[in-house]
Amino acid sequence: MTGPKRTLFICQGTGCVSSKSPEIRAKLIDETARLGLGDHVDIKLTGCHGFCEQGPIVVVEPEGTFYKQVSIKDVPEIVESHLQNNQPVERLFYNDPQTGEAIPCYRDIPFYSRQERNILRNCGNISPEEIDDYIDKGGYQAIKKVLSNMTPAQIVDEVKKSGLRGRGGGGFSTGTKWEFCFNAPGDEKYVICNADEGDPGAFMDRSLLEADPHALLEGMSIAGYTIGANKGYIYVRAEYPLAVKRLRTAIGQARERGYLGENILEQGFSFDVEVFLGAGAFVCGEETALIASIEGSRGMPRHRPPFPAIAGLRGKPTLLNNVKTYTYVPLIINRGADWLAGIGTDTSKGTAVFALTGKVANCGLIEVPMGITPREIIFEVGGGIPEGKEFKAVQTGGPSGGCLPASHLDIPVDYDSLTAAGSIMGSGGMVVMDETTCMVDIARYFLDFTQKETCGKCIPCRLGTKQMLDMLVDITEGKGRPEDIDLLVEMGEAIKKGALCGLGQTAPNPVLTTIRYFRDEYEAHINDKRCPALVCKALISYRIDKDKCKGCTICAKSCPTDAITGEKKQAHVIDQSKCIRCGMCLEKCPKKFRAVECVAGELDEGGQ
Amino acid sequence: MEEGDTMEERLSKIFSSYERRKDSLIPILQDVQEEYGYLPEEAMVGISKAIGVPESRVYAVASFYAQFRFTPMGRNHVMVCRGTACHVRGASRILDEAERCLDIKEGETTEDLEYTLETVACIGCCGLAPTIVINEDTYGRLTPKDIPKIFEERKETKE
Repeated sequence: MTGPKRTLFICQGTGCVSSKSPEIRAKLIDETARLGLGDHVDIKLTGCHGFCEQGPIVVVEPEGTFYKQVSIKDVPEIVESHLQNNQPVERLFYNDPQTGEAIPCYRDIPFYSRQERNILRNCGNISPEEIDDYIDKGGYQAIKKVLSNMTPAQIVDEVKKSGLRGRGGGGFSTGTKWEFCFNAPGDEKYVICNADEGDPGAFMDRSLLEADPHALLEGMSIAGYTIGANKGYIYVRAEYPLAVKRLRTAIGQARERGYLGENILEQGFSFDVEVFLGAGAFVCGEETALIASIEGSRGMPRHRPPFPAIAGLRGKPTLLNNVKTYTYVPLIINRGADWLAGIGTDTSKGTAVFALTGKVANCGLIEVPMGITPREIIFEVGGGIPEGKEFKAVQTGGPSGGCLPASHLDIPVDYDSLTAAGSIMGSGGMVVMDETTCMVDIARYFLDFTQKETCGKCIPCRLGTKQMLDMLVDITEGKGRPEDIDLLVEMGEAIKKGALCGLGQTAPNPVLTTIRYFRDEYEAHINDKRCPALVCKALISYRIDKDKCKGCTICAKSCPTDAITGEKKQAHVIDQSKCIRCGMCLEKCPKKFRAVECVAGELDEGGQ
Repeated sequence: MEEGDTMEERLSKIFSSYERRKDSLIPILQDVQEEYGYLPEEAMVGISKAIGVPESRVYAVASFYAQFRFTPMGRNHVMVCRGTACHVRGASRILDEAERCLDIKEGETTEDLEYTLETVACIGCCGLAPTIVINEDTYGRLTPKDIPKIFEERKETKE
């Protein structure tokens, strides 16, 4: 065999693990050993490569060959053809969805080439289970630098100067927060990392924990040194078992090497980290609720002030930041505040990480400079809307954010522009919606979520969201009244003003933005009893086109309520009074006939 | 831990790794649930005594968090993802179909303790949406007509 010594990176983030990547890695190890290539090939597991849509992903370096949707049966060919005979396996290359052109190297794939990966710098490039991989990429240099050369006040200045804002969603100045905590009197202080990522459709923090856990530990240690804390907690969802396992491995390794624990790097500073498993309450993403949860109580928020920076965990000054915020800190120390300040817009510095999902060709984890437009994210990085469908809206910030329409595709993505448009930056969820997404249903979906997650402490959130949800359910069921729309707006505004914590203050956002930008859809539901996107079951109907139906009887057999009748080889008919609109007939009708159709509104008995 | 141990023995093994104070309540609840699959009533009393927190408070905390359950779970834990990505790609129809196949509603367990059907906020493999997880197995890119097949296949492999 000739050719360079190669390293194979096999993605083992949650997405790729779900599609059997560990078995692929085991098979690669077997096959290379069988062909005697073991010494020429290094086979590494990595965290998320980001391009989840194409998983399981295998990257071969140094060429940078990107293999998509690899299955176990592809492994012998990869090993023999590529690793032994230097012939990459073309059929596993990524094809540009627009041109169909095969792109062998991941650096050339638009999904990657449009990104600027700082926080995600190591994701997919190192093994998260080996501390030396992190160190080889310059890891733990920043903690060395601050312990030997910088005073806490200098670090605070540096972080302030960089313009870094909290990546959890609020967007508060990180340097200012650190300064409050640094100045807060007290001999015992705490550092907490908020990894209670609860937004449905968001997996940024999880991917980062799974892919590069040491970067978080280094960032937290620097924070501990800065504010004068010796103890840190990572509050992570129990639903993220892989992230928890990798974090614990990383903590063990860091302790062994002297990057955590007593007298770090023999510089006289001690700091250790404990993992706390969140028990599944969305409200615990709110900082005071999170603290109550670590203290063994129900996770209910309290009034602020005092802010946690002054009186937090066990009444002591406590610094709370998101995973991505801490992960940015070692880079700021290594590369300097001016480096970060040079990226992004005037008020939003650096890059933003998004979990790009929904009706978009390239689902995955991306990092882009602040100030980029939604259009660039969705149509260039994301590859546009699949199946030739029309873009309708983009949702950021999860249940706390809003839906922005096509007219907002060219606004800059930064904290202030998104807030002005009625949404929020959030922690990084970005869900794309197309013409088949009903905006009333989406508003109901998010409110249903927040309503279940409200802690019940304050009345605007507890009763207000319930009332709004009831009205939205009525509208999606065809029982809405014309005055409901204005009432929803009035209530939403009141809840925003009156709720105790961030959960309640932002819960109306999905409703308010969908009314603001898609009022016509609400009106169609209420006035015409139609769901234009064909989603809300009470406001759609199925019918069989008698000219297209060949009477194959497949639909009649699959109908769970026996609503379809008709003789063999005769056109079938749906009895509207029995139909539960499950859509099974539409699913089952052979593609060559396409006789079943879904229409907005109700049909009369004759199916018209 | 041995199956044959009494509840008292099993619990005291769990308690031995924690400081007996209020702060340990949630980790202890998590361990007890890991041990039994749910939180048995007698265990709640045991926890209350062990860390010196009133029983009412142990219940208050346990009932607040979605992770904790007070009834045994089916052998097959079916989780339908209702994350936003799954929602816009048709998760509610997947749930409808799973409810129909198992003849139970979301949150319920079949009488023979074979299946528990639940929804989760987000599994995190949004690229595979819509997805369901049954025990350790993830099924992705589903349409409603895949659901009966999945349950049939699992039944067959078991037999």
